Amino acid sequence: MKKDLNLLLAGFGGQGLLFAGKVIAYCGLIENRQLSWLPSYGPEMRGGTANCGVCISDEPIGSPLVVAPNQLIVMNLPSLEKFVNAVPSDGLILVDSTMIPATVSRTDVTVRCVPSTALAESNGLKGLANIVLVGTLFSEYEFCAYDTLVEAIRKSVPASKTEMFDLNIRALRLGLEYN
Amino acid sequence: MADKVLMKGNEALAEAAILAGCRHFFGYPITPQTELAAYMAKKMPKLGGTYLQAESEIAAINMVLGASSAGVRVMTSSSSPGISLKSEGISYMAGSDLPALIVNVQRGGPGLGGIQPGQADYWQATKAPGHGDFHLIVFAPSTVQEMVDLVYKAFELGDKFRTPVMILADGMLGQMMEPVTLPSALTAVPDEKPWAASGHANKRKKNIINSLYLDPNLLEKTILERRKRYDQITAEEQRCEEVQCEDAEIVVVAYGASARVSRSAVNQARAEGIKAGLLRPITLWPFPTDAIARLAKSAAAFLTVEMSMGQMVDDVRLAVNGARPVAFYGRTGGVIPTPAEVLTAMKSLIGG
Repeated sequence: MKKDLNLLLAGFGGQGLLFAGKVIAYCGLIENRQLSWLPSYGPEMRGGTANCGVCISDEPIGSPLVVAPNQLIVMNLPSLEKFVNAVPSDGLILVDSTMIPATVSRTDVTVRCVPSTALAESNGLKGLANIVLVGTLFSEYEFCAYDTLVEAIRKSVPASKTEMFDLNIRALRLGLEYN
Repeated sequence: MADKVLMKGNEALAEAAILAGCRHFFGYPITPQTELAAYMAKKMPKLGGTYLQAESEIAAINMVLGASSAGVRVMTSSSSPGISLKSEGISYMAGSDLPALIVNVQRGGPGLGGIQPGQADYWQATKAPGHGDFHLIVFAPSTVQEMVDLVYKAFELGDKFRTPVMILADGMLGQMMEPVTLPSALTAVPDEKPWAASGHANKRKKNIINSLYLDPNLLEKTILERRKRYDQITAEEQRCEEVQCEDAEIVVVAYGASARVSRSAVNQARAEGIKAGLLRPITLWPFPTDAIARLAKSAAAFLTVEMSMGQMVDDVRLAVNGARPVAFYGRTGGVIPTPAEVLTAMKSLIGG
């Protein structure tokens, strides 16, 4: 049985969280599963926090609003503070530790701190910290086949920017292999 | 069957309208409906169609009136405050027996309200979409796939019954992406429209499109004639989805986004051993009175869940007709209820 995903991605507008969410949503589409992708919209996107919920399941998705994420990806401090206690016990929290100097004090969840923004920049992948974290998510929680994830990136990158595909895959590998 | 694609509700609805042969769109931008108009702006010129951003919602709906008078398939879309502005034109269209698709991607109100999802335009859509004695057929999708499928149905029924049809969605459905299978394109829009003012070329009697009747007896006659069509619609077109209602003791009634939340709550209730079901109206007018009246014989209680202070609950109470208690739970102003809140409301209804 395939794993259900109930993921919230949160950070600043411009960090590519909606795009990362879309890549993950495509994984559900490619594997012919039920899924929903719901972005925050409106003033909270303009300079404030932007977030996006992705659900993947074999059952029809009820509410697409992710209020208790089993998986949380956070890329700024306000988002960590806002959502850290929304994650149920045994959940997974992925933190961009370049952007968030704070630590997570909860002991009932798995926490992975990845300096994804610094990692991306030092590898010539500026702006792809989001995909680095998708790689780490995959390494912690295999919600689809690896080939599916690659195909999902192919579908999400505009056809006119094929060189971006290779960069996204490199970012994915960075996050996947980070210890 | 065509491959599934991932699309936002707003964009999927726009694509479906194009596939259904609609080539004329008149609108005015407003959040959270904007992607729909933007999609039309991009696509319509390439198809030889019309995309026109009018100077106001009032102008846009009157352009829809004009295009429909000429017999073409036409639509407009907006969000709550914009629909209020369109209401005069909607009434004129109903009085002129003109079909058109009107989409309301609802947000929180009243006034300018907010831009987050709402369902507080139920009364407006089903009871008073404008002045005078008339109804719209009102569809309430709850998935992106339904945003697509109901577009075809809306155009079809609009033409059949010569009435404007509304799709009442909300910001959540407009903004979210889900897998969707797009239908194949209609190669030709069906139905001759012998009533259309499309040029008689001296070969037939002229057609007049009008909603002004100064003789009250004549006006009454047109309204009663329209009433017969409403009766037929009420008898034939009630639609709803019933989920686990057969043995349900508590039936949650919810449409659109709140039906999705309620479906999660019902599943949770079932997991806890509560015999719960969901009745999801797909048509809000005609309201699925018959299905609810039938369930009022088997279920012990009803809970209506809405993103409003409680509007559809009136119609649920009329359908239940005092046979069972009907409770209400809602959040409003752009706040989306959580499944946990709905579950708590269900428990307090059966507990007390």
